[in-house]
This record gives sequence, structure tokens and C-alpha cells, in this order.
Amino acid sequence: MANMSLLKVPMPEQEPKVRATNFEEVTLGYSKSMAVEESKRCLDCKTKPCVAGCPVSVRIPEFIKEVTNENFEKAYEIITSTNGLPAVCGRVCPQETQCEGKCVRGIKGEPVAIGRLERFVADYIMENKPVKVEKPQSNGHKVAVVGAGPAGLTCAGDLAKLGYQVTIFEAFHVAGGVLMYGIPEFRLPKAIVQKEIQTLRELGVEIMTNMVIGKVLSVDEIIEMGYKAVFIGSGAGLPNFMGIEGEALRGVYSANEYLTRINLMKGYLSDYDTPVKAAKKVAVVGGGNVAMDAARSAKRMGAENVYIVYRRSEEELPARREEVHHAKEEGIEFLLLNNPIKINGDETGRVKSMECIKMELGEKDESGRRSPVEVKGSNFELELDTVIMSIGTSPNPLIRSTTEGLEVNRRGCLVVNEDMLTTKEAVYAGGDAVTGAATVILAMGAGKTAAKSIDEYISKN
Amino acid sequence: MFKIVYKRNLNDSVTLMEIQAPFIAKKALAGQFIIFRVDEMGERIPLTIADYDRDLGTITLIFQVVGKSTQQLAKLNTGDTILDVVGPLGLPTHTGEDVKSVCVVGGGVGCAIAYPQAKSLYKKGIKVDVIAGFRNKDIVILEDEFKKVSNELIITTDDGSYGIKGFVTNALKEQIENGKHYDLIIAIGPVIMMKFISELTKEYGIKTMVSLNPIMIDGTGMCGGCRVTVGGKIKYACVEGPDFDGHEVDFDELMNRNATYKEEEHSCKMTS
Repeated sequence: MANMSLLKVPMPEQEPKVRATNFEEVTLGYSKSMAVEESKRCLDCKTKPCVAGCPVSVRIPEFIKEVTNENFEKAYEIITSTNGLPAVCGRVCPQETQCEGKCVRGIKGEPVAIGRLERFVADYIMENKPVKVEKPQSNGHKVAVVGAGPAGLTCAGDLAKLGYQVTIFEAFHVAGGVLMYGIPEFRLPKAIVQKEIQTLRELGVEIMTNMVIGKVLSVDEIIEMGYKAVFIGSGAGLPNFMGIEGEALRGVYSANEYLTRINLMKGYLSDYDTPVKAAKKVAVVGGGNVAMDAARSAKRMGAENVYIVYRRSEEELPARREEVHHAKEEGIEFLLLNNPIKINGDETGRVKSMECIKMELGEKDESGRRSPVEVKGSNFELELDTVIMSIGTSPNPLIRSTTEGLEVNRRGCLVVNEDMLTTKEAVYAGGDAVTGAATVILAMGAGKTAAKSIDEYISKN
Repeated sequence: MFKIVYKRNLNDSVTLMEIQAPFIAKKALAGQFIIFRVDEMGERIPLTIADYDRDLGTITLIFQVVGKSTQQLAKLNTGDTILDVVGPLGLPTHTGEDVKSVCVVGGGVGCAIAYPQAKSLYKKGIKVDVIAGFRNKDIVILEDEFKKVSNELIITTDDGSYGIKGFVTNALKEQIENGKHYDLIIAIGPVIMMKFISELTKEYGIKTMVSLNPIMIDGTGMCGGCRVTVGGKIKYACVEGPDFDGHEVDFDELMNRNATYKEEEHSCKMTS
């Protein structure tokens, strides 16, 4: 019996005032009955536009049907046949522009809550019926992966399933990339990330941490060690700064630094040594998911006022709708159509205020968004003690500067063909290292494509 | 897990440790550093690689106890392990072809960082003078080691309890005034010392390289925490440094940024 409700089954959440003081997960997840009820909203329509909307082509209507039948193990099997990190994707994918954005139920009302259902299945299995992973027979070939982020983990997993012996070289002391250092605990619990990664280890993937490729080993040396192919998933970790006056004052951070201290180094817990400077009035410059994460983290770290300073309007905010909504609920103040001019310091060299100017939207630029233009004479001073620059990141130049034959475009991104092959033989790449900062799911899609290409390449040679 | 194969206290506050790190030992070059994390709760902090043995697969760290992490590290002994060590990070020290005589100036525990530089240059056949400055006799370190890798070694102590009385800046000035010619000065030590040496050498027009020590977390260029202003431009010390032209560095800005966690450090040490 189909559920014709125009609205999704509501997701239980922590109260905004409560959750703004803790780092526990904001959304609590569907219960079994909620999931089953929501699954009945799917019409199992013929066209299935949701599947085409998914960067890794999860067989959505199929898994949803199994949820309705309460065959959660079967649902999990269907999801993981193409998506190796369902607990992650269910939480962080921008479903509104992907699967749910195409759902036919979304024409009249809300789309089916595909993301919430994916998360439910993943969590349910993880908790109740952990899957015993079978390590496949080795085919005798070694493949190296650089970077244990979403792209690298996915590529490694797919190759391991085909019998390849995969080693992932990870620069940090723990695997996960943005899943660990970028996305906060209250959106993506780290224990869940590590559980998903553990599944890969059970498949036989070797993860070597504390290995900065381009420093301790070069890509060429990796190939000399007998790896038949290399996949580069080194991400886009280099933070952008505005280049305005005062950016070197005490209290100015890149979002990467701020989030790494809190997420990766667990600076929000008092028994972890990494310090996070206490802040009362924080401005986060930027409007993407990272800016939302930084702002909401700052709130949880005890700031009284947290501002988002973004030069365009609400419509242009690149962040996931749910993040903007949650941020507002938690008391983050959105100062839209504003741009920083300079940061001022007090006598001790600490941030004191930031001079901003109001903006208005003009003609569309090359990204299709309307260009922000300064409103002359509208300068004002924002009293602050902390500024977090969250205006984007670019690929780290380390790999390309230490590997001969790798071409990059003018933004520093590795150039690849549709098989994810770079301009160097046997070297493939995907994820943010190729596209610039994007999403977890797109990186995973690239990892899948690369794994397929690497398999074809090695089989032929 | 990285095993400590040898540990020796050089004095009350400076410790030497040899650590098993075969991959790092294979690649390390003078001027580079590692970042370590003592245990799961620990911070990530940088320490210069004072020496390395490619055959044994070990690296040597010489460090002073200044905060909680170095305090914890100093408590470990031979046979214990450090949870994480990553490297070699930063760019190796590079001196041009036309550098024939160098004066390496080390301040305090900065001498531990100056040592691999002096050694590397001396081995290449370059004339190396070393000026090593300490507060007093009790904290003089590496004297024998420096003797082996220098043409002239001058030790200074602030209170005159050993060697020449005075600061390294005075000793360097005297060398230059007495006719010593240097193609390059390498200065490593407290930021204020590197600042004063650089100001001195600027007057004589002698090229000067300093080794900066900003606060770091990842060490690979992803957080920008170690950013320093050199010649008016932002540079990440972990990627383009730690060596920079001393005449271009904004030392005051670095000193300001280095003081960021003074309060937190104090309470941290009190509770550890």
C-alpha cells in the first residue's frame, strides 16, 4: 500500500539549542518503522530518474523495495554493489541536486527521502548484522593508491574486490581524508568513517599512514617498487586566502586549519592536547559546506556570535540546503551580500575587527552566478576576535611538482581523459585532485571509473 | 609505531633521540623536519631532523622541552615507541654553487638544527665557521660534534661561564670586522636571534638564510597555519621553507603568531 504523503517522514533531530553546545550527531536517524513508512512513498516508477542522478548509480528503487519488505541485508547488498561508503553518503551527499532532485515525487511535494533511507540501511546493518567480508583471491598484481580519502578508498575497494593487492599511501596519521579532517563529528561521526574503512582492510587493502608521496617516496619510485598502476586521489587541500591586510594576525585561520584542529585532532575534547583558541565573536568568510561546518563548529566551541560573511545572496550559497537550515536554527547569523576589505588587530596583534563592504548582484559571470559588485561607501566594521577564511581550496602542488610527465590545468588540477588516465602512463587520478574542491560522492564516482580503467589496463599488459 | 633505539639527555632540558624510521631515514636531507604525535591524544608538532643513518634506518632528533608535547616525548625511553612520525618534510637546505665559505650561527637548541647544516656543508668541502651561543655553561651542547665539522668554532655564553661572553650577534660582528669573509650566513635559533643576526648582516650585505619555526599541524601545506610573510608574500614554511632569506622575513609577525597558544600551553603543562 503506497504512502501518498507529500512530505518526507520527519527526521528526528537534536533540538537546535541543545545541539549547538555538543558535537554529537545532529540527525538521529530513522527508526525501522519510520524507514519502512518512508520507503512506501517510492512509486517504483518506470523511468527511475533517481538512478541516473546518482554519481555511482545506486540501484535506488530496488533497495527501497527491500526496505519495504524489511529485507535490510538485501537492501545493503544492493547499495554496496556500487557504493562502498553508504553510511557516509547517506549523511553527506547533496541529495537535493542528485537522486532526490530527480525524484518524481518531488514534482508535487517532497521527494522520497532516499538519503535518509540509505543511511538507515547502512547504520542498521553496521549495528545489527555486520557483513562478513570475504577476501578475494589475489590475482598477483599490485596497485598503489595515493590518498585515503573518498576517491582513493573507493578505487582501492573496487580493485581489491577484483583480486588486486592494493596499498594506499596516506599522508596523515589516520585514513579518511576530508571524511576525517573536514566534515565535523556532528555531521559524520568518525567512528562510522573508521568502521567503513575497516571493511576495506578486511578486503585486503593495505593502508600505510604517515607516508607523504612526493616527499618520502615519489610516484616513479612507487612504480619501481613493482606497482603496476598508481591512482592519485590526493585531494584539493591547499587553502585559499583573500590576500587582504591583516590575514596574518593572531586569530585568523583557514577553515582547513580550524576544522583539522577540531575534527582530526579532536580539539573539542579537553583530554586531547591540540589547542583550539577560545573565541567569542567569529566571522566565517564563505558560503559553502566548509563554511557552514566551520561556523557550526565555532558555535559549539562556545562562541556567542558566529557570522557567515558571504558576498552573494542566499540563493547563490553553494552549501547543502540542510546545512544552511541547520546553521540558521543553531543561531548562526548570515551576513549576506557582504565582503571583507581588511582585518584589524589590537595592540597585542590579535584580531579586533573586520572592515566589510556591502555588495549587490550584477551581471552573471562564467560560473553562471551573478557577480557581486561593491556598493561604494557602504563600509562598516564588524567587531570580532576570530576570522575563518573558507573561500575554497585548490590541489596541493606536491605530486605534480615531483612527478615527471603529469600535466595540470591553470588551476593546478591534474589533467585526465574520460578513463581517468593522466598524461603519464599507468598513472590515473580522480576526485578533488582533478576537479578542484567538490563532493565526496563525485570523488567516489571517479575512483570507481579509475578502478575499472586500471583493471582494463593491467589485464591488457 | 616508531621505536626509540637510543636516548640521551644532553643536559637538563635538551634530549637526543634516535628513532627507527627507515623510509624517512632513506630520504632525509639537512634542513628537513618531521612531525610527530606521541600518542592518540597528542598534538602534531614539528622537530628538525638533526641527523640520519640510511643504513641503520634511523633518524636523530634533538629537542628542548618547551611545552606539553616535548615534555611527553622526553619522558619516553629507549625501547618505547612514538605513535606517529611523518617526514621528511620541508625543503632541504640549498646553498648555491658559488658559496665557498659559510658562517653557521646557532642559538640555544637551534644549534641542534644548525648541526646538520654545518655537517652537510663541511662534507662538501665548503669552509665552515660555527658560532654557537647559549645562555650559560650548563646548556652547551654538541661542542665535540661541531668541532668535527667546522674550521673554526666559537662558543658564546650570555653570562661568560664558558667560551666568550656575549651574544652570537657580537661574535659574528667581530668575525666580520676582523676581516673574515663569508658568502653566506645561516642563522638558526630563537626568532629574535635570527631577526637580530639578519639585521646585522643586512648592513654588511651578506646573504643570510634563516630556519623558521612557526606553529604547524599537518606539515604538508593543507592548513596554512605556518604561513609567514617573506618579501611581502605569503609562504607556507612547511612547503617552501623552513629556510628563507633572513632579509625578507617579517620576524615580528612570526613572533606574534607563535605566541597564539601561550595561555593554553601554560594550563596544559600545569595539568599534565
